[in-house]
Amino acid sequence: MDVNRIAAIVLRQYYLMRGNLSRVLSPVVWVTIDILLWGFITKYLNTVTSAGFNFVPALLGAVLLWDFFSRVMHGVTMAFLEDVWSRNFLNIFASPLSISEYLSGLVLTAIATSSVGLIVMLVLATTIFGLAFFAYGLMLVPFLFVLFLFGIALGIVGCTVVLRLGPASEWFVWPIPALISPFAGVFYPISTLPQWMQYLSYVLPPSYVFEGMRTIVWGGAVSGPRLLGGGCLAVFYILLAYWFFLHTYQHAFRTGLIARYSAESMS
Amino acid sequence: MKQSLQSPAMTRSKVLSVMELRKVYGDTVAVDGISFDVGSNEIVGLLGPNGAGKTTTINMILGVLAPTSGTIHIEDVNIATDRCRALERTNFAAVYAPLPGNLSVYQNLRIFGLLYGVKGLSERIEVLLKHFDLATFRDVKCGVLSSGEQTRVGLTKALLNDPRLLLLDEPTASLDPATARDVRTKIRRFAAQGAGGVLWTSHNMYEVQEVCDRVLFLSHGKILLEGDPKTLPREHGKETLEELFITVAREPLALELG
Repeated sequence: MDVNRIAAIVLRQYYLMRGNLSRVLSPVVWVTIDILLWGFITKYLNTVTSAGFNFVPALLGAVLLWDFFSRVMHGVTMAFLEDVWSRNFLNIFASPLSISEYLSGLVLTAIATSSVGLIVMLVLATTIFGLAFFAYGLMLVPFLFVLFLFGIALGIVGCTVVLRLGPASEWFVWPIPALISPFAGVFYPISTLPQWMQYLSYVLPPSYVFEGMRTIVWGGAVSGPRLLGGGCLAVFYILLAYWFFLHTYQHAFRTGLIARYSAESMS
Repeated sequence: MKQSLQSPAMTRSKVLSVMELRKVYGDTVAVDGISFDVGSNEIVGLLGPNGAGKTTTINMILGVLAPTSGTIHIEDVNIATDRCRALERTNFAAVYAPLPGNLSVYQNLRIFGLLYGVKGLSERIEVLLKHFDLATFRDVKCGVLSSGEQTRVGLTKALLNDPRLLLLDEPTASLDPATARDVRTKIRRFAAQGAGGVLWTSHNMYEVQEVCDRVLFLSHGKILLEGDPKTLPREHGKETLEELFITVAREPLALELG
């Protein structure tokens, strides 16, 4: 892999963000709204429920982690969609850039954009609502890591869907986190779900994170092997997503779809 | 009268070698087993009516479309087995592939310079900006440039890596006559001075006659004719290259059998 070519993909996103403030503000504004909304809900719940249980780490912490996951996923797909919207496929794929370099560039971009969102959320949640995020202890690191890996995997899947079905299919991609959230047990224990939904939860890495988070909130100890299992699942999904993208790219390469993304007609 | 494909390029070092290239979509044969070369310092025109297979051929050479069969070598590098190395020595400009309009001229050139591994990139960008009279548009977003200016930016990007093989798909289509002549001069200079060769498509037969050392006439995915654009029309009983083009487009069988 060539570092310069990966840097070119990251640099493109940097130029875009620097040139248009809305690209920076958009993710910041949405996470701010989420944290404020859920922050006040948790404050209200703390006043109307029996004393002794603090909703802040259970609900606001869950919102924060879930938003981080969504930002990672959208960070990958947004960077890809910039090439779709500017009809840049032919220029990009006719260059010496390899698929692994291209995806690496998208992932690095997602790291940068999701980190900005995470910092904003942490500042708001801790300063305004008193979320003691580090109450999760060292487990915070694997929590974020598992969510990050799964966000990357789903981001690559989102890119693949758009590559295969065309630019209009981006509307299938945006709601993916919302579709997953009921199964991932973001706000409630997995045991709340009917059995058939629980089977799906077991194959979703975020469910291990949110179960672990609630265990800590209730004063228990997180099962290391279970969380490790969630991490391994996330790695497996990244490999699967990469294979899926590569397979779809090969299909586009055989059928001429790459060229048609730019050229309206082929003669 | 399909002519011999042995060409003057055989005496030069080859920058492009296409062998038995074929592309089939279902029952449709888009490119039907064509073979040709482009030599260094040579400008080859790829001509033919719409649907003849020109862009399909160019897309396969650019590595964005898989051939059904056949091979493509850029210099001695097989694009099927060593794609990155082959594309490092190639570049292209096409009216249907403008650079992203939401980035400035300089930003686009910097990004593509990195993608193509250009050494001394900053200096190279400045030289080319002056060469194509784009220095004043350095920090202007490509999307607000006129179509002619965008075409010049595309050509600047195409020359960034000083490619061995330069593919130009109707490079002067949106240019005024004066700028088009200027671009033709620059491309001729590129071919004459360096070690690169050019594959050029155009529907402007005057331009082809002026620029190309050799032309290939494509019809229904096959090369029907090949030769010097200045002498080819008379060899086939036509006054001009445009007349010959129209015959190829309307009555390709007459030429094949003739």
